[in-house]
Amino acid sequence: MPDLLDQFRPATLPAESEGFRQEVKKFIAQHLPMLPVDVRARSWAAFDAGFSRRLAERGWVGLTLPSKYGGAQLDAFSRFVLLEELLSVGAPVAAHWIGDRQSGPLILKYGTENQKAFYLPRICRAEAFFCIGMSEPNSGSDLASVGSRATLCNGAWRLNGRKIWTTHGHRCHYAIALVRTSGEAADRQKGLSQFVIDLSLPGITIRPIEDLSGDQHFCEMFFDNVDLPAAALIGQEGQGWEQATAELAFERSGPERLYSSIVLLDRWIAMLRSGTAKEADRAVVGRLTAQLATLRHMSITITRKLARGENPVVEAALVKDLGTTFEQSIPDLIESALGADPTASVDMELHRALAYVSQIAPAFSLRGGTREILRGVIARGLGLR
Amino acid sequence: MRAQGAGAARLAELDHGVPALRQALEESGFFEVLASEDENGAGLEMRQFYPIVALCGATAVPLPLPQTMVARLLVPPQHIPQGTITIAPALAESANDEIICRLVPFAKTADHVLAIRGSELILLPVASATMLPGGVPRSLTASLTWQRGCGRCVAPAASVDLQALGALLHAGLIAGAAKRVFDMTLQYANERTQFGRSIGKFQAIQHQLSVMAEYVAVIAIAAEAAFQTGRRLPSVLACAVAKSRASEAAQLVAATAHSVHGAIGITAEFELQLYTRRLHEWRMAHGSEVYWNSILGNNVLASGHALITDFVRGVIA
Repeated sequence: MPDLLDQFRPATLPAESEGFRQEVKKFIAQHLPMLPVDVRARSWAAFDAGFSRRLAERGWVGLTLPSKYGGAQLDAFSRFVLLEELLSVGAPVAAHWIGDRQSGPLILKYGTENQKAFYLPRICRAEAFFCIGMSEPNSGSDLASVGSRATLCNGAWRLNGRKIWTTHGHRCHYAIALVRTSGEAADRQKGLSQFVIDLSLPGITIRPIEDLSGDQHFCEMFFDNVDLPAAALIGQEGQGWEQATAELAFERSGPERLYSSIVLLDRWIAMLRSGTAKEADRAVVGRLTAQLATLRHMSITITRKLARGENPVVEAALVKDLGTTFEQSIPDLIESALGADPTASVDMELHRALAYVSQIAPAFSLRGGTREILRGVIARGLGLR
Repeated sequence: MRAQGAGAARLAELDHGVPALRQALEESGFFEVLASEDENGAGLEMRQFYPIVALCGATAVPLPLPQTMVARLLVPPQHIPQGTITIAPALAESANDEIICRLVPFAKTADHVLAIRGSELILLPVASATMLPGGVPRSLTASLTWQRGCGRCVAPAASVDLQALGALLHAGLIAGAAKRVFDMTLQYANERTQFGRSIGKFQAIQHQLSVMAEYVAVIAIAAEAAFQTGRRLPSVLACAVAKSRASEAAQLVAATAHSVHGAIGITAEFELQLYTRRLHEWRMAHGSEVYWNSILGNNVLASGHALITDFVRGVIA
């Protein structure tokens, strides 16, 4: 087996990326909503349909999708640059994020021509927002144990079950759900399929769940005899696990696994610049900078693999674990720093941003595969399992 | 170097010197790889130099081979001495003009020391120095003092950030040694059996190895990235990133290796300690992560970038 550790060679973004980057910066300067830092600290969890539509009008939603479906047909490097710029300023990208990142590519790879022709242009126009229906109350890390079931009935599918932790489900048009279509729970990965579910169908109840920060960014969904047309099935029946696994490389490979706390970090640095920064704080800034520089190299290496059509599942797990650890360290270090002098004057905007990020930070290493699962994936990649 | 491997390192550490190895490398022309073809060198670029530095780390080469090679970029050909050259992290002058270089890496197998004295880059012959016993067994590091008047100026000090260059070379050495240590640890986890199975089957061990692998990857990419320059020497900031990450991660790599190996890992006979001792020494050489984090932090705060991402993109080798 090729040595996993030989896969991390530095790669540079192609020269054209820099021209594209300047265009993105201009767009952001013109169109980024004026939001306070603690709101922008939500990063890619913040939902703004209007912003997503403006981005789509510019042709930048579904960036890597083929132009015949309304995509810009640009490469993975260009998408990396776009994401990096949007994440750096905490642009509210959640509405189109999932569709752009994985639902669109999934439908492109496994969908029928009709499905591609229907959904992909709508993703690219930011008219169709997608969420992921994977986790259930009894199926988190053990995804193969999902109990939601779709039964074939007169050529159509009848869906019963529930999903939970569905990000922005209450604001999306479609969910792509992993459900059992044949066999029993003991069959695990066998007998699972994925469906595109129109969330306006009868029998679907969606309840937002309030998170610890006071936001409602995720939901539970109940499916009660929901009738899905045959055309809702993606790819083959029983192909669900293969599809979900293919999505994972996309889900785990992007720079959003490095930049979730970056708005907070920039705000702290701004505060340090406005006064006289202590030596200890300077060293912390330096350490975070060194980590970010290195993580960025690793993320670009993964992007190059995606651009070459590879499937860097293990490499993505490695970078995601490092990246989320970095993201989580930022509120931790800033809490320490700001608490160094309890009598110092308080920057309330920074304080609110810090409070939000430190509360939500545990989610960074839960979403998209928990830390423990990722370390198991890496161990398998090392030949230990 | 692979063939010599640990054997040469052990000989050097027992003060038996490595004259044969030194001679073989010099005669083969390896010292000249970075010198231009006009100067009988191989004309290698910085990016081609990284694998050589990493290999020196992975095979615990007991000579300051990377430093000797890089000296060809710093010292005009007419001043290049025979033998090996190392880099001093510091030079101080005492009241009676004695020159003191403390904790010089590879001092025991170096023939010359490159150092900055004021506005000059100077070469000092080790043969003329008094070696101060550090008392650290098996270490090739030593402090050296010279009488006044020693040392020959070979270039202006401004021609190179010697500390950054020394740090970068050590980041490359750490990268090679860390990978070697990881490979040894993975092999041990697969071979050592307890409770009826290899210890690598236990989740606790697997997760330690996964994290170790993450840090080995971090060191390697940070070090190699800093060598990807088209110029004569890499940028100070890229060297700072490389040494910061390599120093910080070296500690975790060494500690995890010993954790997995158990008692056998802390014997002199077992090869692991050759590398983990080096990881610790090299972590400190030419500044640990603390030193380079300060430099980076000061640069960030002084820069006009509102976005740290823009700053980071500008840190190119």
